[in-house]
Amino acid sequence: MKITSIDDLRKIKEEAQKNTLLREGKADFKIVVCMGTCGIAAGARQVMSSLLDEISKRDLKNVVVTQAGCIGLCDREPLISVEKSGEKVLYGDLSPEKARQIIASHVVNGQIIGEWVVHAER
Amino acid sequence: MKELALHILDIMENSIRAHASKISLSLIDEARANQLTLVIRDNGKGMDEEILSRVKDPFYTGQNKKVGMGIPLLEQLTSICGGQLTITSQPGKGTCIEATFQRDHIDLPPIGNLPDTLMVLYVSHPELEIEYEHIVNDCRWSFNTKKMSEELDIKEPRDIFPVLQGIKEWIQYHESQIQEGV
Repeated sequence: MKITSIDDLRKIKEEAQKNTLLREGKADFKIVVCMGTCGIAAGARQVMSSLLDEISKRDLKNVVVTQAGCIGLCDREPLISVEKSGEKVLYGDLSPEKARQIIASHVVNGQIIGEWVVHAER
Repeated sequence: MKELALHILDIMENSIRAHASKISLSLIDEARANQLTLVIRDNGKGMDEEILSRVKDPFYTGQNKKVGMGIPLLEQLTSICGGQLTITSQPGKGTCIEATFQRDHIDLPPIGNLPDTLMVLYVSHPELEIEYEHIVNDCRWSFNTKKMSEELDIKEPRDIFPVLQGIKEWIQYHESQIQEGV
């Protein structure tokens, strides 16, 4: 379907709502994308965009995605931090593809991808 | 940066950090005058004369770090592309950044993935009002994220996910229409 008007968008939204009325979870994962100039230049927007795409494809209800500025590790950008109940895992040198894998492995299956971790806090 | 949309994202991030609740983004493309104008206006905390005089210096930053490259990079691009960057600001009122480019300049990067830039901002700050307009010669199209949230009954970021792809396609559709002069 070609989407040309707000009405088309409303239809998609209503359709999606019908299917998800029964599944309400609270957000327990928080993903923070570093979106300073350094991050943006290194591809943080594409990383965030693929995170959002993967989350909406998998219809995950327990994840929020937000942004932060430069955290001073510009050479490891794009960086994201995956946070859950006090545990913080910072991943670096990412690509849109790696971001998708983090959703699949860390968020969905609870497996941290050690290879890409820059720093972890428990 | 490879796309104007990335510069736009970067400058709009500044507005968010200045606690803006509304940002207007205008892209004005005039073939006759051979000029492309980018205007980003926010209602954030603004800057005083002293900060304003240093903001184009790459070794200055208003944030808690040593350097700030967003504005200097955009200024460099405007000067390469035969244009200029003008910043006006009033403390407590907001800031307006206007960048002009020679439209057919060989070093002018493409506008790039504007839907992604807008959606990244929208999802992480759904409470923020983004007013977007794109004018190509005599055609104009615009949208406003606050109105969109009302129309689609979006109250929190997770409500956006089901329509995220749809909104991107919708923006893309209108962007291609305006380029064709419809």
